[in-house]
Formats: sequence, C-alpha cells, structure tokens
Amino acid sequence: MAEAAVTGSKPDRVAILNDPRWRSIIFQVVALVLVITIGWYLVTNTQANMEKRNIGFGLDFLSIPAGFDIIQTLIPYTSSSSYSQAFFVSLINTLLVAIVGIFFATILGFIAGVARLSSNWLIKNLAAVYVEVFRNVPLLLQIFFWYHAVLKTLPGPRQSLSMLEIFFLNNRGVYLPGPQPQGSFWIICALLVGAVITMVVWKKREDRRQELTGERRDLFGIGLGLILVLPMVAFVVIWQVAGTPLTWDIPTLRGFNFGGGIEILPELLSLVIALSVYTGAFIAENVRSGIQAVSRGQTEAAFALGIRPGPTMRLIIIPQALRVIIPPLTSQYLNLTKNSSLAVAIAYPDLVAVFMGTTLNQTGRAVEIVGITMGIYLLLSLLTSVIMNWYNARVALVER
Amino acid sequence: MKTFLKTTVAGAAAIIIAGAAQAATLDDIKKAGVLKCGVSQGLPGFSNPDDKGSWAGIDVDYCKALAAAVLGDAGKVKYVPLSAKVRFTALQSGEVDVLSRNTTWTFTRDTNLGINFVGILYYDGQGFMVRKKLGVKSAKGLSGTAVCTNTGTTTELNVADYFKANGMKSKLVAFEHANEVVAAYDSGRCDVYTTDRSGLAAQRTKLKDPNEHMVLPEIISKEPLGPAVRQGDDQFGNIGRWVLNALIIAEELGVTSKNVDQMMSSKSAEIQRLLGVKGKYGSYIGLDAGWAARAIKAVGNYGEMYDRNVTPLGLARGVNNLWNKGGILYAPPFR
Amino acid sequence: MGQFQTSAYAPGAHPDLPPPPSTVGIVGWLRTNLFSSVFNSVLTILAIFLLLVAVPPLLDWSIFDAAWMAESKDDCLKNPDGACWGFVTSRFGQFMYGFYPSAERWRVDLVGVLTVLLIGMVLFGKGKIRGYGVLIFLAPFPVAAFILLYGGVGLTVVETNQWGGMMLTLVIAVTGITASLPLGVLLALGRRSNMPIIRNLCVIFIEFWRGVPLITILFMASVMFPLFMPEGVNFNQLLRALIGVALFSAAYMAEVIRGGLQAIPKGQYEAASALGLGYWQSMRLIILPQALTIVIPGIVNTFIGLFKDTTLVLIIGLIDFLSAVNTGTQDVKWSAFTVPMTAYVFAAIVYFIFCFGMSRYSISLEKNLATGHKQ
Repeated sequence: MAEAAVTGSKPDRVAILNDPRWRSIIFQVVALVLVITIGWYLVTNTQANMEKRNIGFGLDFLSIPAGFDIIQTLIPYTSSSSYSQAFFVSLINTLLVAIVGIFFATILGFIAGVARLSSNWLIKNLAAVYVEVFRNVPLLLQIFFWYHAVLKTLPGPRQSLSMLEIFFLNNRGVYLPGPQPQGSFWIICALLVGAVITMVVWKKREDRRQELTGERRDLFGIGLGLILVLPMVAFVVIWQVAGTPLTWDIPTLRGFNFGGGIEILPELLSLVIALSVYTGAFIAENVRSGIQAVSRGQTEAAFALGIRPGPTMRLIIIPQALRVIIPPLTSQYLNLTKNSSLAVAIAYPDLVAVFMGTTLNQTGRAVEIVGITMGIYLLLSLLTSVIMNWYNARVALVER
Repeated sequence: MKTFLKTTVAGAAAIIIAGAAQAATLDDIKKAGVLKCGVSQGLPGFSNPDDKGSWAGIDVDYCKALAAAVLGDAGKVKYVPLSAKVRFTALQSGEVDVLSRNTTWTFTRDTNLGINFVGILYYDGQGFMVRKKLGVKSAKGLSGTAVCTNTGTTTELNVADYFKANGMKSKLVAFEHANEVVAAYDSGRCDVYTTDRSGLAAQRTKLKDPNEHMVLPEIISKEPLGPAVRQGDDQFGNIGRWVLNALIIAEELGVTSKNVDQMMSSKSAEIQRLLGVKGKYGSYIGLDAGWAARAIKAVGNYGEMYDRNVTPLGLARGVNNLWNKGGILYAPPFR
Repeated sequence: MGQFQTSAYAPGAHPDLPPPPSTVGIVGWLRTNLFSSVFNSVLTILAIFLLLVAVPPLLDWSIFDAAWMAESKDDCLKNPDGACWGFVTSRFGQFMYGFYPSAERWRVDLVGVLTVLLIGMVLFGKGKIRGYGVLIFLAPFPVAAFILLYGGVGLTVVETNQWGGMMLTLVIAVTGITASLPLGVLLALGRRSNMPIIRNLCVIFIEFWRGVPLITILFMASVMFPLFMPEGVNFNQLLRALIGVALFSAAYMAEVIRGGLQAIPKGQYEAASALGLGYWQSMRLIILPQALTIVIPGIVNTFIGLFKDTTLVLIIGLIDFLSAVNTGTQDVKWSAFTVPMTAYVFAAIVYFIFCFGMSRYSISLEKNLATGHKQ
C-alpha cells in the first residue's frame, strides 16, 4: 500500500474482508451486535422466568417498613424505617469501614514497608514475618481471628476497663464521651477553619518565596499557635463570657450495657483491624518495592549535599517512590473496599449484610437488590480510582 | 482473529443448544432421576452431614421420603446446602426442587417470593437463652441487653417486634453462621442468644459450660417450620403436601417403617387407602399406588423421624405430638 | 599511635591483628544488627517484649495444652485451654476430599500427583520439557482429570456435589486460573487494541469484574444464573461457580498481562511488523511469549489471591476446604467450645503453607527473570 502511494497509482482493489480498515469496522460491529444480542437474550429470559414464577419486579419494595433493627446506625433509623433507609444506613457503614480501614492500612503498610528495609535485624525480620503470615492466610479467617481475639481479651460491661471514668472499654465496645456542641460552638469551628485556610495559603506563599530566594522560614510554630491556641483561647473566653460552648455526653452503665456517648462496636473494631492488617501487608510490599526502585545514588547524592537522613527520606526518596507505589496502592484500596463485604461473618451491618442479606431475604427481590449492590460497589471503585488517578497525576514525574 | 471467531461460534452454539423447554417439576425430577433438596449448612437435628458425608436430620428425612415417593429410592436425593441468605432465590431459580431447610412459613414468604409452603414439619417458637448469673427470670427483663442471633431469618424481625411491643430496647447483633453466634455469645459479646428453641437446644452443647445458661420461659413467636416448593406447579405442591401428611397419618394409624409390609394386609380402610392397597389415590398426584408406603418404609412415620433426629437434642415432643396425644399435629384425612 | 610506625616489622610483614572484639562474633552481630543506635535499641527491646508476650501462650495452646488424641468432644473438654487436634485428625479425610467416597479417593490422589508433576514440568522444566508440559496441561490433562474425578469410562460416577474439601478448593482455583488465562490474554489485547468499540467493551468488562466483590458474583452465578437462562436449561452448580470465578479472575489476569505487554519495548512490535508478520502472528510468535514470561510472577500472585478467595464459595453452598472444616464443627459429636478455634487455626495453617510456598516460588522466579531482562 505504501508503494502504491509513492508511485501515485491507484491501489489494487482489495476484497473488503482483507482491507484492514473495513475488517476492523466489521469486526467491531459484529462484536457489538453479539454483546447486545447476549444482553438482550439474558434480559428477556429473566423477564420470562420472573413472570412465570410470579416474582415481582420493581423498586417499590424500598418504601416498605424494614421491621428489623440495625446495630450501628450513623443516620436516624428504627425498625419502622423503610428498606431504603436501611440501605443508606448500611451503605454508610460500608463507607465508614472502608475509609477507616484504608487510613490505617496505609499507615501500617508504610511503617511495615520501611521496617522491612530497616538495618535492625529483629525489626526487619519481624516485618517480614508479619507480611508473609498475613498475606498468605484468607481474610475471612483473619476476620474471625481478630473478632475472637478482641472479644476474648476484653472484660464484660460490668468489669469495664475505664480511664478517668469517662472512657470505657469492654467486650461490647469502646465508649467515648460524645461532644454536644452548644449554640456558640460555631465561632470556634469558624476560627479553626479560618486558621487552617490561612496557614495553607501562607505555606504556599512561603514555598514560592523559598524557591525564589532560597531562604527558609519555619512556619511550624506559628501554625501550631494559630490552629491550636487561637481556638482554645476563644473557647476559654466564650466559656467565661457566655457559658460553655460544648458539653460532653459521658457514657454510663445503664442496666446491662453502657449508654450515652460515642460507641465503637467490637465488630467495627475487629473488622477495621483485620482489613488494615491484611491490606497493610500488601501495601508494605508495594512500599518496599517502591523505595527499592529509587536509585541508591539519590540517597548518596542527598547525603553528599549534607541533607540529614530524615529529610532525605521525606523530601527525596518518598516523593520518587510514590510514583511507583501509587498505582498498586490504588488496587489495594479497591480490594479493601470490596473485601469489607465479608463483614457479615462477624455481624457488622454493612451493605452486603443488611441489604443483600436481610433485605433480600425479607423481600425476595434478588435481581433488583443484587443489581443495586453491584452498582454501588462499582461506583465506589470508580470513585476511588478517580481520586487516586488525580493524586497520581499530581505526584507523577513532570518532565521538563 | 481465529481464536476470537472460534470463541464466538462456540458461544453461539452453546446458546442455541441450550434452548430446551421446561416441563413440570415432577417430570424434571423423574427425568433427572434425582431430587434436588435444599437443606441447611449444618443444624443438628434438622440437617447435618456426619463425618461420612451422609446427611441426617428431620428436614433430610422429609427429602428422603419425598424421593422415595417420587423416584422410588430414598437415596436419590441431591442435598444442596444453602445459607439462609440464598435459600429462597435458590428455590425460585430452580436450583433446588424443594426447600426443606427449617424455614418459617410466613405470609410474605408464601405469597410474595414465588414459593409455596406445603405444610408444617416442626412447630417451633423463638426463645431466649441467657446466663444464669445475669439474674433475669423473664424475657420482660431484657431491656437494654445485647442480643445475638442469625441474620436473614425471621428471628431478627421477631426480636425487633417483641422489644418494641414491650417498650424495651435492645442491640441486635446478627451473624451469618450459627458457629459465630454461639462463639460470640459464649465470649460475652451478648447477654442473650435468641433463635428457635430447637436451635437453642442444639447449639447449647457448644457452649463452654452449658449448665451456666438457661432458656427463658417466654416463646415470643410462632415458627412453623416446613418444606416449600416453587409457586405455579400445583401437582408437585400436592405431592409435597401429601408426603408430609402421609407421614403424620402413618403415625396416627400406627404404621411404621418396620410394620409397613404387614400393614398392607390391614383391615383398616384408611391404612389400605394410604398404602395404596385400595383405590387409585396415587394417580391423583401423578404417582403410582405405592408412593406413601415407600416413603414410610424409607424414613418411618413422623414419630420415628422425630425420635431419631430431634429427641437426641433433648427436646420433648411437646406441641409436635399428634393432636390426640396432646400436641397440635393434625393431618387432613386420607380419603 | 607512634609506636606502630616505629615497630620492628618490615613493611608488609605486619601480622593481621584481629578486628576489635565489639565488631565480631555474637556481640558484634548484636551491635550492628540490633543495637546500632538508641532508636534501634528501643525498637529491639520492644520487639523482644512483644515476642515474649505473644509466643509462650501460643505454644501452650497449640502444643503443650492441646488434646492430640481425641475420640470425641469429651476428650477435648479435658484440655479446655488447648487446641483439639483430635478433631482435625478424625475428620482429616473429609477436609481433604469432602464427601468423595473413600473407595474412590485414589482417583483424586492420582489427579493430584499428575497435577504436581505437570506443574513441576511447567515451572521448573527447561526448554522442550516445559513446552510439552504446557501442551499436556492445556489439552489432554483437563479431560483426563475430569474423567478421573467425575467418572465414566468404567469408573464409578462421583457427582460434583460430593466433591469437597481441599480437592474442591484446588479444582476451583486451578480451573479458574487456567480458564482465565486465554480469556485474560484476549481481554488484554482487546484493551490495547486500536479499535475503539473493542477497546471500550474490554475496558467495561475488565472494570466491571474488578469493581464488584466476588461474593456478589458468586451469588449471581450460583442462585440467579437459572433466572437468566431459558427455562429448563441448568448447568451444574460447580460449573456455574467456576464460570463466575473464571470471569472474575480473567479481569485480573487481563490487567497483569497488560502490564507485561506494556513492558515489551516498542522495537519488538516494530521489528515484528518489519518482518511482515500480521497482528496475530506477531502476537503469537514475538510479543506474547515475552510478555507472558515476564508476568509469570503476577500470574502466580493472582493464583494465590484466587486460592484464598475460594473460601467465599461457602456462601453458595459448595463445601470447599474452609466450609468442610466449618461443617465439621457443626457435628454434635464434636460440639465443644475448643473445636471451632482449632478448626480455624488448622485451616489458617494449611492455607498459609500453600500460599507461602507459591509466593516463594514467585519471588525466586522474579529474581531469575530480573537478571534476564536488565541490561
């Protein structure tokens, strides 16, 4: 073909099937038609089957009262609330465990990853044992393990471990005092937000100045003062002038169990531990290979410039390692979110437990419910991917 | 390209070949030569595999009786262990022919899930188990407790209803598997363990010290457990219903697995009808005359099933006795 | 200092002095490896403390206080603070083979031995042996294994609902990974294709399967599949689970293979077309052999993941290894409170042995491959 173009003569007529462009178009159309046919085939079958077996279809069931209780509800919910409310409660529970799990898994993973490269023999090998053991045992077993470990070590509610009689720990959960903001509390919040924004802007400007002049001013002290001390001073002033801006709901033993305050369930606790320990082991491997991927020369060059080990790690090694770490880190985050669906094994009321479990059982709407559940997980995956890709683009190598 | 074409052709062929029409459940079972029976993943007394892998329990016996009636061989059952979560979908979709899995007969399940219950195999009720040292003597004193149970069952709803009706509060901790419920209750996660009373009796042996626990007197719900079949196949529904009735009637009439052959020559007209000596009752449900005799011979009458499976759990017959012996088992007459 | 310079030795005749005692022997090792700085010393002491807290109770429970021989729960209840290993030994056959009839278990063993031999050929063989291994693995082996496991041709038929235990776990994992390989290759090629519709279809497929939990897929494959099919069409339950697992792992496999494809220098593609090879030819002869070799560690890791994930088939009623163990604990004969913990620990150890072995292999492979590809 290239020859034909050069000599300017008309190319020989090729049979449509042999022309790569036509072939690719035909190929794609066939594929598309095939996919649509299969999809249509499945949908019509399902419709016919459901009609025949007298199974209803539709989302009307979502407005029916659910009739069951959920042990952890971050938004108002009672057993007379509707299935759709149960859905949102369980979705929020899934999000909670995923976000908290991701947070701790990342910390644990980074610590263990760095520890695997430690010069301390014991630490290095302990980290290796941690990674190998927890990577190679199914998560379900680990969830059981942590749950029973948590339950077995903690005392019953009447023998609670307590700190200052305001924090309590027993096998029904962790109980913390719950903050109850009063009318004037918004002033302190506003001050805090204002201080943080000011510091962020200021830090940006200082960075720019440092790039231009090379001078470096340490903003840590000022930042600490502005963000911590200012709201505290305001708190005291308001307290003196207008009465307390914040009261605390202290948990107390009421009957068989504690009431009041903030309650963290042992199910949530052990699920978060299990998910972050399991995922942390994978992240540790990613971190280790990421750090090892940064050339040794970078460290030596930094030392030669007189930069101390701490800043070397923070300013030179980690930013470069992050480029290698982030893509696999994203998949670990996705895995953690999906793995949180094992929660039902230990009674944590997540989406799969409440919606694909109890709700499906009460209503029998398998197609709708499984469809919605899959859709939600898909959405969460996409969301995580988008956020991580955005972050990845930020840390990616900018080539000049 | 070639590989892709091959895959495509193979896929299309699979779809075309797959288009055989479905007949009635009975014909399907006869054609397959095996009855697909949905059972639990392990509940002592109801359906539980032993270390040889053979299933035993009162739910299992029902399946055996059904297989004996339909296929003539109680061994031709394929047991499909189902979690509470998947059981109804499995029956709806044809994964199993009959669901005999300690399932409570309720209005919604019977009408809205595309399934039909054929009768009651075991009258159960939901009860509470607590530690003796908790000092609670009645379920009315359980306000503010943490309650452990199984997810995907009616127990979840019953607890919510009961506590609400009595103005009490509770924290319901619902697990997927019975093992976890027991373990969590035993390690003190909950004050109360609630499930059907038969389940309480069965699971109690797994506790560290079974004697430290007691079952409260209240029974907060009716839990009529029975087998279910798919909606829309009345013939198979009738078979399921009357196999169950035949087992109960057999106990009433004193027909057992041992004496069923002698009973063939009994003078009693009802026994003759039941065992197919007289009349063509089998043909009304698409079976031969000896269906009920085979079922009884395979698993015995209801009393034998109960004694073999449920009595070892320490549960007396109670309401599950015949109506004329102080219970509420009452099968319609066989005529 | 000065005394050395004025010493009586001739240049070069100075005998080697031993290194300072603090840098050799146990003390030296301890100093460099455990107590090189204050921070390290603190860490070391913390770590030793942790080990002292964790290890002795573990040993007590698993070895010293355990009931090694037990006929039933009563024997185990005599050792309430230890594991109940008697439970494991009494049910071991069921954990390994499920409800597969005892008389026929040699068939499973045979398939196991054949699989190990073949995998050995593929993984450790060189040149032709590896080639033959792959060929046998792809064509005659699955058929032979199926006939051996299922029956027919003179062997007693063992229905798939009697399959179980470790055998079923391995069947699911090995079949899943084998079936997902060709599918994964197609998807990976499709995702890198320049035909927009094909590419997007592949992207949608991959991201869909990677985005949803395996539980939901298994649920769908197991209980909803008959709803999707015309009336009367019903596949075997195991087959349906296998399809679900294979599609799920195909999506992961596609991403692993795509990584390998991206790692092949552009020059290889150009060289292939310069030789006049068509797309499929150049893929088959030039690109894929290289790409697949690079990604073997990734494939092994996917396999490990799949192997662990098979525990989820519990929810759809297949008795895999973990659910065989779980079902065992429901037996009235063994209903003692020490039994479930023992069962889980045993399961964890077995999974660990399998997965750890595979991951070691993948690491050693990674090292071997790394030397080959670095310039």
